[in-house]
Parts: sequence; structure tokens; C-alpha cells
Amino acid sequence: MERAAREEPARSRLARLFDTGGGRNLGLVAVLVLLGVVGVVTTDTFLTTANLLTVLTQASIIGVLTVGMTFVIIGGGIDLSVGKVMALASVWCTTVATQSFGWVVMIFCALAVGVGAGLVNGLLITYGRIVPFIATLAMLISAQGLAEQISGRRSQIVTDPVIAGIANTRLAGIPLLVYIFAAVVVVGWVVLNRTTFGRRTFAIGGNPEAARLAGLDVRRHTILLYVVSGLCAGIAAIMIASLTTTGSSTHGTLYELDAIAAVIIGGTLLTGGRGTLIGSILGVLVFTTITNLFILNNLATEVQNIAKGALIVIAVLIQTRAQRSSGTG
Amino acid sequence: MTTAPTPGPLLAMRGIVKQFPGVRALDGVDLDVTAGEVHCLLGQNGAGKSTLIKVLAGAHTPDAGEIVWAGRPVTFGSPQAADAAGIATIYQELDLVPGLTVAENVVLGHEPSRLGFSRLRAADDKARRLLRRLGHPEIPPRRELGRLSAAGQQIVSMARALAKDARLIVMDEPSAVLDPEEVQNLFRVIRELTADGVAVVYISHRLEEIREIGDRVTVLKDGRTVARNLPARTTPTADVIRLMTGRTVEYAFPPRAAPVSDEVVLQVEGLSRTGEFRDVSFTVRAGEVVGLAGLVGSGRSEIVETVYGARRPSAGTVRVRGKRLRPGSVPAAVRAGMGLAPEERKSQALLLGEPVFRNVSLPAMDRFATAGFLGPDADLAAAAEITGRLDVRPSDPRRPARTLSGGNQQKVVLARWLLQGCTVLLLDEPTRGVDVGARSEIYALVRRLAAQGAAIVLVSSEVPEVLGLADRVLVVREGRVVHEAPSGELDEGRVLDLVMEAVPAGAAERSGS
Ligand SMILES: Nc1ncnc2c1ncn2[C@@H]1O[C@H](COP(=O)(O)OP(=O)(O)OP(=O)(O)O)[C@@H](O)[C@H]1O
Ligand SMILES: [Mg+2]
Repeated sequence: MERAAREEPARSRLARLFDTGGGRNLGLVAVLVLLGVVGVVTTDTFLTTANLLTVLTQASIIGVLTVGMTFVIIGGGIDLSVGKVMALASVWCTTVATQSFGWVVMIFCALAVGVGAGLVNGLLITYGRIVPFIATLAMLISAQGLAEQISGRRSQIVTDPVIAGIANTRLAGIPLLVYIFAAVVVVGWVVLNRTTFGRRTFAIGGNPEAARLAGLDVRRHTILLYVVSGLCAGIAAIMIASLTTTGSSTHGTLYELDAIAAVIIGGTLLTGGRGTLIGSILGVLVFTTITNLFILNNLATEVQNIAKGALIVIAVLIQTRAQRSSGTG
Repeated sequence: MTTAPTPGPLLAMRGIVKQFPGVRALDGVDLDVTAGEVHCLLGQNGAGKSTLIKVLAGAHTPDAGEIVWAGRPVTFGSPQAADAAGIATIYQELDLVPGLTVAENVVLGHEPSRLGFSRLRAADDKARRLLRRLGHPEIPPRRELGRLSAAGQQIVSMARALAKDARLIVMDEPSAVLDPEEVQNLFRVIRELTADGVAVVYISHRLEEIREIGDRVTVLKDGRTVARNLPARTTPTADVIRLMTGRTVEYAFPPRAAPVSDEVVLQVEGLSRTGEFRDVSFTVRAGEVVGLAGLVGSGRSEIVETVYGARRPSAGTVRVRGKRLRPGSVPAAVRAGMGLAPEERKSQALLLGEPVFRNVSLPAMDRFATAGFLGPDADLAAAAEITGRLDVRPSDPRRPARTLSGGNQQKVVLARWLLQGCTVLLLDEPTRGVDVGARSEIYALVRRLAAQGAAIVLVSSEVPEVLGLADRVLVVREGRVVHEAPSGELDEGRVLDLVMEAVPAGAAERSGS
């Protein structure tokens, strides 16, 4: 068939890296550059090393949650509980009793709470057949309650010097929190794009019935996806405990919405099966930069939220356009 | 309901071109349709038939060419425009809304309404009338569409086309999911329509249907019209096939080799599922093809899906080479060497957005991975080798599965289990929507796999296919196996009798339960 031989021109490696959403990620890079220009024009402090590091540090905690969220959403689910699971983990790992065992136990404890919550989410969704929205909403509420009960609604001060020191440590001038964020992104990218686990995630999100009939263990995989998200919440808990030197039930309020918004802006299909991690991370950076610009310009947070909302709508509009023009078979 | 026949052709399409990224699906196609005729559109998988009718229906915008409708040049910018002009389309892929009721689907887009409130009763009546006309008064208008079988949904989609009082009805492989009896129903309705002056464009891969219902034939090949307005009844089949494929195809079933061995590979015992089928037992030996014949809805698909573990049996066991499988577990079945090509390839088998090669390697991907790590193209070569062998077109394995024509998608599903190397292959309607050339390739493939020692279970609504391909035939009716015989001892008439018979002579039906 000679007609078929005529192929699309080979895309550059760079384009391939950013792509799968039809060049959308390059669009996000353009938005970031645009925001940068706005920052340079409206303030003299935006383009300073100190300010850029602040942006990155602020992005790092939501960013880690977003990595987990990207896995869950590509796999066809959603995890509303991440913010409060992070709060619960931060509380659990900073109780006087836990802290008395030292930093290793504290870290273990935070990760275990995250993984445990993810496991419960996954079990409720697969074996309990509860839709992800409801199951993780219930987890959000109960994690909040449990965190309040353990902490007695008080902020628990981090006394352990190692944990408290994470946020103050810099390597080559860059905060350790940013390195942690980067490491989670790199590991997440490799798992999503270079392993069978990643392939299965796309398959299950794209067509769960086809995946099941091809012999994939859809239930086990779905559980693992929520565990991944929980694990990310556990990592984020240590980061936030260090940054604020407290464990508190008020941490992470509405973080899940920011994470979901970042994933959507990044071009991941909310119905699953398609998306990129790079897009999600760019989404986080766009969001944090907007916040930063508003703060630097002394503008009210109300306006800031309106801008973010508009951005989500625009992103989704572009998404549906792109979907329609790519044609329905 | 129709205007007086227009002098000259009702529809003339001239030099239609449609370019998709990387593929020129239509490359100058002509089509003439006159009022009151059944015009058949033939062509291999991927020839461009569906694309052509999507252009006609306003779903695709052509890159070049002219459409003359009732004597006037037109451009249909949207499906609504074509609809308003009096063109109704039954798409190859059902385009109904599963969450709405049957009646709502039938009137979708032109709901009877008063002051903006839709009139449910009127919609129900209309749906009921049309379903009765199609020979299916038993489909309740208020039933949620998604709960109907594929065949039921096809009927509803026909009712929907009839509801529009169109002057031209396009049917893209309407018979693919229908029983022989239902196909006759469809033909009766088509004859009524054409007697009223309505024109029908009919697409099918079953040439005997073309002979029965068609008036004229247009043949497409690789996006071009290679023959126009041939008489449907008198053109020799061999000529039509040569025009479609550019070669002569042996339209026969390959010879059966002697059974490879007596080793029983698949053993099903007393398998039941409440409300679906009861007490099904059979064995398949290495190198044997066992066919399941029966009507749509008789429980054949349910049986194979339960054997495969996709449904949990209420009783009974499945063994592969003597080893009992965990009931209701697909991974266990796949590990034991089973593969299923399911009935509904789009919803049950394919990842439409993913490239072809990832669809092929889906169950086998672990083989290409090292400790769970898998490069993005690690499985490309192996998958491409198999799709090449099956002559999947277009041949680029990086193309999303969505962009393949129906028959080629079916080959992708088969390629998946070839790559996996199955010893037990369950094929549910493997040639549905597959063209004559590819069909004989699939037949040859099935026999070749059998000759290599695979145990194969074949479900098909086409009796000649079951008889021609299978060594042994089980007749399924209302969830029970009512007859079992070597295919040599059966003929088409006998099987049809067995399949439809209300109560089999002497069988103690409906005892227990
Ligand atoms: N949306 C699309 N994007 C890209 N290519 C497409 C698209 N739709 C169809 N094609 C290509 O156009 C060609 C014609 O496809 P079409 O579906 O019209 O074939 P067909 O004759 O209907 O085949 P079948 O008998 O298998 O249904 C094929 O090569 C197919 O891969
Ligand atoms: Mg077609």
C-alpha cells in the first residue's frame, strides 16, 4: 500500500519529549515565559535568584502531590484525599511519641500513613466498588478528623533537628526541598514512560475493559495507583513539616484541587488514558508563578483565584478542541 | 413521505478527496445513487467506504470534489445540514447514547416537543411503531439503551434512521451484528423503503447479501472508484472480488489437517451462570477447532467469556491441560495460555488512542521488559513483524488504533494473541466486518494455528463459517448446548433448524433451575 508509506515528518527528540498532547506542553512553556515577562515588567524583584528559588520551593510540595495525582488520573481515577492525607501524615510523624524515636522513624511513619491511606482508597474503589470520587472524598474527611483528634487541633512543633533542618539545607545554593521535588518528578517520569507499570496505567485508564480482557490485573494495578498517590502525600508531609516546622491538621487544605487543576492544565485527560507528567509539572509551575506575581504586586488573593479559574477553563477548552479536531473514529 | 422521484440521479458525488494526516483515505471517488434503488458500496477494509459516507453525512469535510444532491450542488458543513437535506446514516460504529432510553435515542436531535418541553409519550409511540416495523416489538422504548445487546442497539440505530423520513438512508455494515433472521427483517424494511422511492446505500462485506438486496454496485479500492454502477445480480462474484482486491481470492475454506493429537487441552465441565447459560460441558483437543453456533443472545458470547474468566461462573470448572483454572480470573486464564478476541473489538479489546503496536503487545509486554523497565519502542519490532504478517493496513505500527478501518482493527486483536503465543484461542465473531480477502486470510490463519497444536473455540453467527472452519460444532440455544456433532455430519439447514427450534424433540428442557 504505497499510500501508507507517506508518513508524518519525523519529529525532533525534544518535541517528542514534551509531546503526546500535540505540542501542548510547548504552549505551557510559552505561558510560563509570558508570565516571566509580566513579572520582569511589573516588578524589579521577580527575576532575582531569591525570588525564583521561593517560587520553586513553593511549587515543590504541591508538585510532589501532583506527581501522584497524575498517575491516578491517567489511570482513570481521581484522588481528592491527598491534601488531608498529607496533613494526617504530618501530624502522625510529629507527635511527641514519634519524635522521641528520631527522624528515621518519623519519615517512615509519614510514608506509612500515606501508603496506608492510599491502600484503603484503592481497596474501597476496587473491592468495595465505590466510585473514586466518593471513596477519596470520604478519606479526605476522615483523614481530617483523625488528624484533628491526634493533634487536639494544635500545631505540633517539630523538635527533631534533622527534619527541621531539611527546609533550611541548600546544596549549591538550591534548597533541598527542590531536589526532593526534582527526584520525585524524575522517578515518576521514568516509571510512567519507561516501565510496564506506566504502560499499564495508560492502558487501564484508556479502556479498563480492554485492559482486563487482555489479562491485566486491573484491580491490583488500580490499588497500586492510589498507593503511589498516598506515598507522594507521605513525602509531601515530611516536606511541609520541615518547611513550617509543625505538623498540623490544617496543612494541605484544598491542595488536592490545586493538584488536580495542575494536572488538567498540563493536558491530562480527566477521563484517563492520556497525559504527560511534564505537562502536570508545568501546570504547577504556572500556578505558583501566578501566585508569586500577585504577591509581588500586592494584589488580592481573590483576583488571583479568578485568574486561576479562568486558566483552568481555557486549558479545558483547548483540550476539547484538540480532541475534536483529532477526529472520532 | 417522499417527494416525486427527481429526474436524474438523486445523489452524485464527483472526485471526492479526503486526506487524513499520513493517509489519503479518498482519492477521487465517484458515486451515483438514484431514488428507489439499493446501491451497494463494496471495497476491502480501509478502502474508504466509511470515510465516503461520513463525507456524505457531513461528518467529514472533503478536501476536494463535488456533491450534487437532488440536482443542486451542496456542501454539508455539519451532520445537521445533511440531516435537514434528508440524508440519514447508520454508522458502522454505533453512535447512540448508552445512558438515554431507547425512545430518546430514536428521536434524538428532533424530539417531538411542545413549548420546549419534550413529549415523552409521543417519543415512546414513535419508537414503538418503528421498532414494530423492524420486527422488534419486544424492545421496550423506556429501556436504557446501554442495557441492550449489540444487535438490539443496531436495531435502535435503524429505527433512528427511519424516524427521520429521509430520502436517502446510508447503512454502513448494518448486518454485521445481526442474525440471519434479522437480516431478512432488515431486507424487508429496505424493500418497503425503496418501493416508496427512498434510496439506500448499503455497505457489507457479505457478497451474498449484495446479490439478494442490491440493484447496483460501486467498488472502491485504495480510495478510488474502480467500477461504477455494475448490476448487482448479474456481475460474477469472481469479478467483484478481483475488482476489490486486485487479485483472485480463493473464496473457500482451507482444508482441515488431521488432528494433531488426542491431548485434551481445554476441558469445560458443567459450566453455568445464573440467568445466562446452564450446564455447558465440552472439550477441545490440540489442533481442533470447535464451533459454537447459535442466535445472537443465545449465550455463546457469555459462555466463551466465562471460560476465559471474564465472568464468574455460578458452577462448573475450566481446565487447561488438566490444570484447573481459578474461576473468574482473566490473568489466570492468560497465564495458562488462553486468549480471547472479544465480540466488541472497540469497547472490549482496543486502546483506541494508543499506537497499534502497543495494542498488540499489551498482554505480552513483560517479555520485552527488563526488571519492569520497558523502552518506548522495545516491543515495536516484534509487534510490527506480526501485524506485517497479517497484512494490517496502513502498515505503520505507530498509528493510533482509532485510525484503522474496522477489519484492520480486528486483525490487530488477532495479532495480539499471535504475539502472546496462545495455546487456547477463543474467537468471538472473528470475521465480523472483515473483507473477503482478509477473511480468507483469517480462515487460513485459524487452520494454521490449529495445525500447530492450538485449541480453538470459534463463535460465529455465520453458519457456513462455523461449518467450514470447525471440526466439531456445538449448537447453543437459550443458554444450553442442544446438539453436538462433527461438522461433516451437519449442513446449513440442519444447523439453522437446531438453532431456532422452540423445543427440541425429547430433550428434558427446563428441569431443575
Ligand atoms: N480519523 C482518521 N484519521 C486517520 N486516518 C483515518 C481516519 N479514519 C479513517 N482513516 C483511514 O482511512 C482509510 C479508509 O478508512 P475507512 O474506515 O473509510 O475504510 P472502510 O472502507 O470503511 O473499511 P472497513 O471495511 O474496514 O470498515 C483507512 O486507511 C483508515 O486507516
Ligand atoms: Mg467501514
